[in-house]
Amino acid sequence: MELEPVYQVGQLSTTGFLIASVIKVLIVFLVVLVTVAMLTLLERKISAWMQDRLGPNRVGPGGLAQPVADGLKNILKEESNPGQAHRVFFVLAPMLAITPAMVTFAVIPLASPLPTPWGLVEMVIADMPIGVLFLLAFSSLGVYGIVIAGWASSNKYALLGGLRAGAQMISYEIALGMSLLSVLFLVGNVRLPEVVWGQQQLGLWFAIPLSISFLFFWVSAFAETNRLPFDLPEAESELITGYHTEYSSMKFSMFFIAEYAHVLTVSMLMATLFLGGWDIPFWSGDNMLGMADGTVVGAAPAVWKTLLTLLAFVVKTGFFIVMFMLIRWTLPRFRYDQVMDLGWKLMLPALLTVVTVTAGTILALDSAGVAYGLVYGLVLTAVNAVMLGIFLLVLDRGRVLSGGYARQEKRAHARAVARFHREEFEVGHGAPAEG
Amino acid sequence: MARRRKDKEMAANVRLMKRPEREASYLRATLKGVALTFRHMVNPHKVTMQYPEEKWALSPRWRGTHVMEQHEDGRPKCVACGLCPAICPANCIRLVPGEDDQGNRYPVVYEIDEFRCIFCGMCQEVCPVEAIHVGQHYENSEYTRDNFVYDLDRLMSQKQPSTLLWDPSDPASE
Repeated sequence: MELEPVYQVGQLSTTGFLIASVIKVLIVFLVVLVTVAMLTLLERKISAWMQDRLGPNRVGPGGLAQPVADGLKNILKEESNPGQAHRVFFVLAPMLAITPAMVTFAVIPLASPLPTPWGLVEMVIADMPIGVLFLLAFSSLGVYGIVIAGWASSNKYALLGGLRAGAQMISYEIALGMSLLSVLFLVGNVRLPEVVWGQQQLGLWFAIPLSISFLFFWVSAFAETNRLPFDLPEAESELITGYHTEYSSMKFSMFFIAEYAHVLTVSMLMATLFLGGWDIPFWSGDNMLGMADGTVVGAAPAVWKTLLTLLAFVVKTGFFIVMFMLIRWTLPRFRYDQVMDLGWKLMLPALLTVVTVTAGTILALDSAGVAYGLVYGLVLTAVNAVMLGIFLLVLDRGRVLSGGYARQEKRAHARAVARFHREEFEVGHGAPAEG
Repeated sequence: MARRRKDKEMAANVRLMKRPEREASYLRATLKGVALTFRHMVNPHKVTMQYPEEKWALSPRWRGTHVMEQHEDGRPKCVACGLCPAICPANCIRLVPGEDDQGNRYPVVYEIDEFRCIFCGMCQEVCPVEAIHVGQHYENSEYTRDNFVYDLDRLMSQKQPSTLLWDPSDPASE
């Protein structure tokens, strides 16, 4: 890699760092909470538009104050505590659900580094060297809230919902982590600003050279957020509303907020990992990487660049959010066995192959001495396109997700197993008596 | 093969049809579905009617809340003949007739219980002086059930036009 120009902006003093951090925390937390509230409105609006309706439009201009009305209603409503419920865990569960959802925003870089008279301010709350790992760790904590809610409610539907959530989220955590692996190979770092920098250096957003990992990450993100078509933990038609059946008023609302916060996190994460984060396409003026010692590698940082890149990040995140909602109101829910099949029988083996092939390609490219840049990216693109094509062909043959074929094979297998056991039984004990 | 035997063992012989790929593919169905919902999402034609502000045009034959016609001096046109309570199938009209000095009959009490009324419009048909009519109106809401009993004043002060089953230019339908 050729040497990039380095700009000395200067490091923040300890006090400056503290003040900057507090300001960042307050702003991000407020913006996230407001965004999450607005997402509930957006969801209702988008679902309405898809069904040729107008959606909520009575409270405030165009219905914009609807989340306020909803929140007020939820706070004022009576809170019911089922007598059989385990009181401590019943109260603890919504908190456990909402906390991880609110913590994960800390490591996502929102814009290019901001130069100030006092030093360089990174546009990420906590620029951790273990960013991705932190994110994975905390997003998987979300399942505890749901499982505990299901168990503490002392309700069979809630318990089933909690169990499903546990099984589903743990299964898809594997796929999520594995599809992340290719990104981490390519970047060679788990710090999220470095991931953005890696995409700028490659000249391609990772969605293109790592297309198949992107697809898998997206699918498992749906499962991780418990959104349709993976909303088995809620499953209104089977489990009433699953794990939050017994919850009312603000406690219910906290699960709701947690779900939307997860949607927001995952959208931001996908934008960062696969769509270049805050990178503006076809422009090298924003290719920069802030360092902890107050230096910037690459282009010169500027306030207007920070604002522009922030806008780019918001647009990308918005794209994923709208896609989440589009998919939710399009697809019906999977059957439980289909979810497990997709996770363990299709995505896990496919991802193992993908990871191996990608790692091999990267190793080959590195040993061949190809510089990290556009050519490097195009080779990876070609390899991934072939894998994606094969995978889509297999999927298109409908053997995994199409109800009919999958069931037929399963049924035949179950019958064969049953007959085998019966024959064994007959050999050992003679023919069973009639009747 | 052993497959035939297996099928025989099944209680109900259900066979799954082998569908062509374009029907069975989850992927294509998903893309098709997303395209469809997206088309509807961006389609500006929405069917919601903003109800209190906008309303559907009522059918000219609509029979709603009653209206009592009145003379220019504010007296009801009703002559208290007693035909409407007699014909009312829901028995919702209460009429106490009175007579003034000149021998003109008038209703002392004329009440319609709009809760019991089935809006058949027979009172309008039977009225010899075209006094009582069903109106083009449907928004009836009250805080108590008693308020649904409309007395003579209330019937006369109803603003809605009477149903077009009755033509004011040809009052007796002759």
